[in-house]
Amino acid sequence: MSSMPLLTLAIWVPILAGALVLATGSDRNAGLARTIALLGAIAGFVVTLPLAMHFDVAFAGMQFVEASTWIPRYNVNYSLGIDGISLLLILLNSFTTIIVVLAGWRVIEKRVAQYMAAFLVMSGLMNGVFAATDALLFYVFFEATLIPMFLVIGVWGGPNRVYAAVKFFLYTLLGSLLMLIALLYLYRASGGSFAIADWQKLPIAMTAQVMVFLAFLVAFAVKVPMWPVHTWLPDAHVEAPTGGSVVLAAIALKLGGYGFIRFALPIAPDASHALSGFMITLSLIAVVYIGLVALVQTDMKKLIAYSSISHMGFVTLGLFLFDRLGYEGAILQMISHGFISGAMFLCVGVMYDRMHSRQIADYGGVVNTMPIFASFLMLFGMANAGLPGTSGFVGEFMVIMGASKVNFWFAFAAASTLIFGAAYTLWMYKRVIFGAIGNPHVAELKDLEPRETLFLALLAVAVLWMGIHPAPFNAVLEAPVTELLQHLARSKLP
Amino acid sequence: MILTAADFVPVWPEILLLVMVCVILIADLFLRDDQRAGTYLLSLLTLGACAVVTVLTSTGDVTVAMHGMFVDDPMSDTLKVMVYIAVATMLIYSRSYVTARGMFRGEFFTLVLFATLGMMVMISANHFLTLYLGLELLSLSMYALVALQRDSNDATEAAMKYFVLGALASGMLLYGMSMIYGATGSLEITRVAERIASGQANLAILVFGLVFVVSGLAFKFGAVPFHMWVPDVYQGAPTAVALLISTAPKLAAFAFAIRLLVESLGHQSLLVEWQQMLAILAVLSMALGNITAIAQTNIKRMLAYSTISHMGFVLLGLLSGTIDGYGAAMFYVSVYAFVGLGTFGMIMLLSREGFEADRIEDFRGLNRRSPWYAFVMLLLMFSLAGVPPTVGFYAKLAVLQGAMDAGFLGLAIVAVLLSLIGAFYYLRIVRLMYFDEPVDGTPIVAPVGARLLLSLNGLAALVVGIVPGWLMTICQQAMQASL
Repeated sequence: MSSMPLLTLAIWVPILAGALVLATGSDRNAGLARTIALLGAIAGFVVTLPLAMHFDVAFAGMQFVEASTWIPRYNVNYSLGIDGISLLLILLNSFTTIIVVLAGWRVIEKRVAQYMAAFLVMSGLMNGVFAATDALLFYVFFEATLIPMFLVIGVWGGPNRVYAAVKFFLYTLLGSLLMLIALLYLYRASGGSFAIADWQKLPIAMTAQVMVFLAFLVAFAVKVPMWPVHTWLPDAHVEAPTGGSVVLAAIALKLGGYGFIRFALPIAPDASHALSGFMITLSLIAVVYIGLVALVQTDMKKLIAYSSISHMGFVTLGLFLFDRLGYEGAILQMISHGFISGAMFLCVGVMYDRMHSRQIADYGGVVNTMPIFASFLMLFGMANAGLPGTSGFVGEFMVIMGASKVNFWFAFAAASTLIFGAAYTLWMYKRVIFGAIGNPHVAELKDLEPRETLFLALLAVAVLWMGIHPAPFNAVLEAPVTELLQHLARSKLP
Repeated sequence: MILTAADFVPVWPEILLLVMVCVILIADLFLRDDQRAGTYLLSLLTLGACAVVTVLTSTGDVTVAMHGMFVDDPMSDTLKVMVYIAVATMLIYSRSYVTARGMFRGEFFTLVLFATLGMMVMISANHFLTLYLGLELLSLSMYALVALQRDSNDATEAAMKYFVLGALASGMLLYGMSMIYGATGSLEITRVAERIASGQANLAILVFGLVFVVSGLAFKFGAVPFHMWVPDVYQGAPTAVALLISTAPKLAAFAFAIRLLVESLGHQSLLVEWQQMLAILAVLSMALGNITAIAQTNIKRMLAYSTISHMGFVLLGLLSGTIDGYGAAMFYVSVYAFVGLGTFGMIMLLSREGFEADRIEDFRGLNRRSPWYAFVMLLLMFSLAGVPPTVGFYAKLAVLQGAMDAGFLGLAIVAVLLSLIGAFYYLRIVRLMYFDEPVDGTPIVAPVGARLLLSLNGLAALVVGIVPGWLMTICQQAMQASL
């Protein structure tokens, strides 16, 4: 197996499948486009399975390493490799792609080939981000994901899609351009290397570390998104088609958290320690304040978007506690959030496809006409509120535990989300699902089709598996987190 | 003065082109209108032959010929080949456009080829006079090309502006050169450099001359504040000519800057002077170009401002004062030239008889009319915006890297932030193409050659972006071997 370039396959199989889908052309061949897209997505997932099977959990370094020269002029290499953190994210990404293709199966009627191709290409690029061990390669993948997402929001989005798409693009581009300057600085400082591993070993003075950290912070904080640079996300989510929201929430936001783990923390550990109070404050504001904002939303998608930001606050909180529980919790929270927020957006999508409304006020009593759907939404809603036994609990609980070791009040503030999260999720659930049938449209609703049951069931299994038996996930993370902690404990000041 | 056979070898491409232009000029007189394709094919053939001769006579080393008037080095060979490709592509793209506008005549081809000859002479000049002659040959052909549509008010106005301001700039350039001559006693680039290095030349006079030389140069690049002519000329000139102005001459202008600033005035005492001047020009160009482009409704005008901002980036590469920086600037200018070719090519593809697709609105809904060409334009736009994985990103990266290497961190940050503003208006085109419905459902018709080449052009922006190493290496090695 080791002779197969598995990571290259994980990147390029979806991209080439996307190109193939694109080649089916106009909507006359929509059926063919859908079939190829599904096969491509499944193939993309299948090629990542050997990664999980042959993964050595005891080994902390990069595995499945591939390297070849890419731009000799600047000593840039096409070098790939994964550790446990990237492995989980790659699997999550490839899995989500299948769900997204299924979710867009019936709903998307215009420019089907372009829609499916955009998601497949994006999936390959995201795998590239998680697998790249060369900073420039990472950057190229990181930026390239913007293009398909921009088109997905803009072409298939809602009424205000143009504004949302442009805002999304420019916001994220601003962040990543500043990161580019940091990358070029590190390239010079390291004597002409773009290898992330070299940079992690490089001693850097405090001022430079802070500058580098801030440049990374802008790029990744926009992606996560952290308060106060989160404002693009509700717009993007509300306007994006369901598939776009799912990928955005489940994968794209993880690029930010992953960036902190791969770049900001290990390259500028002293600056990270120095600025951890600042980072924790921002994270807690996101957790508490955005949680409250979510409470007053009248649009379901917006509510879930704000809930997403609030939950991602746990990720950044966990990362800056410098504690084992914090890191493992943050990473598990990223994966779990991928399943749950994806599922929540899909549920809203299911309702939107039938009613063409996302307003909570337009619903009521859905349980009477869609009992199976109501059960699924119950499960995902509970997971979103962090109920023990679901994946939502594991990560958040670990982060809160980690925070309590550092400072009781951090843990207290973070734990408040268990109340707010339950409040906004269950209150929405009550208003939408329970009660008497709100209006004649609800009375005509049909319950889930087999296709919808399939993708919701797949996610439900994932949410429960991770909630009941998180050990395999923890096992994969143990070695890289141990190494990261050891690395962060050492000062890099010259 | 006696010229030996060896003096003529490096000049063969120029001689061949000159002879062929004369042949084409005469042969065209005997062709009927429906046989004009002969002129077209002969012109393409000439450019191909020149490319072959340039490659064959290339020695990979610096050869000075004609008693120091002319130089043949790897940089000139590389740039010349790029110029042939750019001009040939321009002829292929514009064939149906110029035919529909009654410009598919002998003059068009001879003027284009004379302009090419001017560029070649500029690129290979080793003497201020040669440099100036090349520049004037290029400029005079261009003035005539802009005015080729005699009945068009816009074109006439554009040609007038171009001519008056161009003449002014040439005057400044000549004045600056005369100052340098006064200080060093020579017009030959290598001698000028030697005299300055020996410390005998009067620095005050040199700097005085340098100011004029840089102004003249900035005019040719279209850098702010010498950019006034650019938007008017781009908008007024027939699209085919605007395409020519915005691409190949930029390659020549780059060589011009290298010869003048680096090879003759590159001594440390003057380097610091022109670095500062170029820094001001670069920042102003990037700022004004990018910000003003946002307000444009005419795509040719928008591209004019976009060109201004890109030239700011080229200047940023040049002012780094290192061979790496020059190599980066060369990479940038060649990438820009080829992406520019594609962009103007798209405008001509959408144009038809009596309809200039020169409003930004004309791109509305292109994805509905033709998904393939919308995709091609998307790649070109993202390349101009510098978003990976398109090639434009690597061009920006190389220049920023060069600038940071030379210690211009602040300039690099400013450049990055201004290119974010730039992304906005390129995105607008993508937005119109993909997010809006078409207002004009006319099918797109163009000759097979143009369509094929345009598709290749767009794909190249992506493919060269995925494997950019070789082009960077070519540019780098050309600079290293020539300086």
